[in-house]
Amino acid sequence: MRLKTLIRIVQLGIKSLLLHKMRSGLTMLGIIFGVCSVIAMLAIGEGASYEAQEAIKKLGSSNIIIRSVKPPQEKSMSSAKRDYVNDYGLTYQDANSIRATIKNVDTVLPMRIIREEVRFNSIMFPVQVIGTHPIYPDMTGLEVVRGRFLTYTDERSRNNICVLTASLAEHLFPYENPVEQEVRMGADYFKVVGIVRETSIEKQRPQAGESEGATVDHNVYVPLSSAKARFGETIINRSAGSYQAEKVELHQITVRFTSTDAVQTAVPQIKTLLEKFHDTADYEVIVPIELLRQAEQTKRIFNIVLGSIAAISLIVGGIGIMNIMLATVTERTREIGIRRALGAKKHDIVTQFLVETVVLSIGGGLIGVVFGVVIPVIVSHLADMKTIVTPISVIIAFGISGAVGVVFGIYPASQAADLDPIEALRHE
Amino acid sequence: MANREIIRIEGLEKVYDMGEVRVKALHGVDLTIEEGSYVAIMGASGSGKSTLLNILGCLDRPTAGKYYLGGEDVASMDDDQLSAFRGRTLGFVFQSYNLIQQLSVIENIFVPLFYQGLDLSDREKHCEDLADLVGLGDRTDHRPKQLSGGQQQRVAIARSLVNDPLLILADEPTGNLDSKTGLEILDLFDRLNQQGKTMILVTHGDEVAERAQRVVHMKDGVIDREDVKRAPVKVDNSKKLELTG
Ligand SMILES: Nc1ncnc2c1ncn2[C@@H]1O[C@H](COP(=O)(O)OP(=O)(O)OP(=O)(O)O)[C@@H](O)[C@H]1O
Ligand SMILES: [Mg+2]
Repeated sequence: MRLKTLIRIVQLGIKSLLLHKMRSGLTMLGIIFGVCSVIAMLAIGEGASYEAQEAIKKLGSSNIIIRSVKPPQEKSMSSAKRDYVNDYGLTYQDANSIRATIKNVDTVLPMRIIREEVRFNSIMFPVQVIGTHPIYPDMTGLEVVRGRFLTYTDERSRNNICVLTASLAEHLFPYENPVEQEVRMGADYFKVVGIVRETSIEKQRPQAGESEGATVDHNVYVPLSSAKARFGETIINRSAGSYQAEKVELHQITVRFTSTDAVQTAVPQIKTLLEKFHDTADYEVIVPIELLRQAEQTKRIFNIVLGSIAAISLIVGGIGIMNIMLATVTERTREIGIRRALGAKKHDIVTQFLVETVVLSIGGGLIGVVFGVVIPVIVSHLADMKTIVTPISVIIAFGISGAVGVVFGIYPASQAADLDPIEALRHE
Repeated sequence: MANREIIRIEGLEKVYDMGEVRVKALHGVDLTIEEGSYVAIMGASGSGKSTLLNILGCLDRPTAGKYYLGGEDVASMDDDQLSAFRGRTLGFVFQSYNLIQQLSVIENIFVPLFYQGLDLSDREKHCEDLADLVGLGDRTDHRPKQLSGGQQQRVAIARSLVNDPLLILADEPTGNLDSKTGLEILDLFDRLNQQGKTMILVTHGDEVAERAQRVVHMKDGVIDREDVKRAPVKVDNSKKLELTG
């Protein structure tokens, strides 16, 4: 019975609003823009932060990554002293100490990264040679698509074998099966034993690198022991006649912990440990979980800013509705008087006008939701940006638009109800 | 056996307090009206006719005095009770018709029942019968704008009957109509009264007063004199309203 009454009042409200289609439409615009911008902006923000978070997650939330960095003061010196061998960065000893002394360590993965050229027949590509342990695919999300990855036997016997990334293999071996072929790097030949592919391929990077012949995923994986044996520890860069040498034992150590919680307590311990062995800051500690938290924090602030802008536009929309409803109340004073004379109670009048404002704002909200869902789709097509419309943003935007209708409808509605029936009937 | 008394007012006063000026629109009106009466209230402009009718119609409250309608003490009712009471027991016909523009004829007739929580779908037949009764059975889905003044007033009369009221109140119902159309409306009122409806009309026209069973003359907020021409019609509440012929 109550529901039926409400339905009738809503029908009546829609009827009154349709009497002035143009006016009702314009009144709804404020809410339409408000709701649409909330959803669209949140969707674009959500998409951007999703990509950032995915990138961080790929580093592993229970990992700590320690990278060698060239100490800044040495840099300027190296140009003065030409034959100076720049000795910095992480060492095998660092890796061993971490494994031995830090609690809850699951795996320690050392890496050497060497810039080299790989040759097969007449084809040549600049690549990154990554000397690492067999556990590598497990920790970084590599998938072996053909053959096998490195083994501990390879590591122990310093085998001249290598594993190629799929894209590199395609370029290097357009016709033949790469496995069992031998490629040359530096002075040595390496037998290809497998092909790998990243499981979470990022499409974000533009194709620009391709034309230069060196994309970032042109990688060659070799046993760490082989890398040390074949390429040595001193890396020589020749450029413009000058000569620059760097001695770096390890470029990166990835430490995986047994749990995400363990990372937190281990970070200061690792920093203390490394400070003991390194006089200069020739390394950096990257904590993905902290980056993730920072990204989430940034997103929260972003959402608050967006939310405030959206709230303002919805309030402006609400004021628009209130303004029109006040005008409507004046215009329909006579109708209010008639209804009161014929038995309408004050709350009936309040309900009637409140329903009209809520219908306006909910109607605007619905249209706004449609635009808010469609616009991100268009944006992601045109601008090649990821957008995510979260159900919660739709619910919030829609809910707020309804609330705006109620809040800004109450005053005009009570104005209408408080009219004196006789005065209202006399109104011209 | 006389008809039962449905209105009793005693020492009714109404003062409009407008800050500095206090307008005494009614001072000391006593009146009793039996069921089946057809009362015309006449008097010069500003004599308090509309003020009295508004109080009788429970749209306004007296400053002093007593008012019983159908045995109920109107003064003791709060705003919501008054609204419900109007909706249940009174029918209004206004000078300027006062139909709701966005509603069709049938919906306008239905409005008083809407506020009694009823459904148009359940009472459509009843509302259509009333439209027939006032001769607008073929215009039920028209809007007020599409009707002439006389037709609009007929809709208003149908509306005033929809809740089967104890009493119909009309303030200058023919004031906006030409004399021919006015007469048609008055014929309708005559027939309603013959069917036993109690009518109270405010009017300036003598032709209206001639039809009334009783004429109340007002002057400066009091009843100056009364003419009772005949006894009220016998009321048989079991009979159904029927105006054709
Ligand atoms: N809302 C009001 N505020 C102040 N004074 C009022 C109000 N309504 C009526 N009056 C005064 O009360 C007196 C009676 O008014 P009322 O409207 O009852 O006269 P009336 O007999 O209906 O006149 P008419 O024939 O012109 O309609 C008048 O002096 C009028 O000025
Ligand atoms: Mg008057």
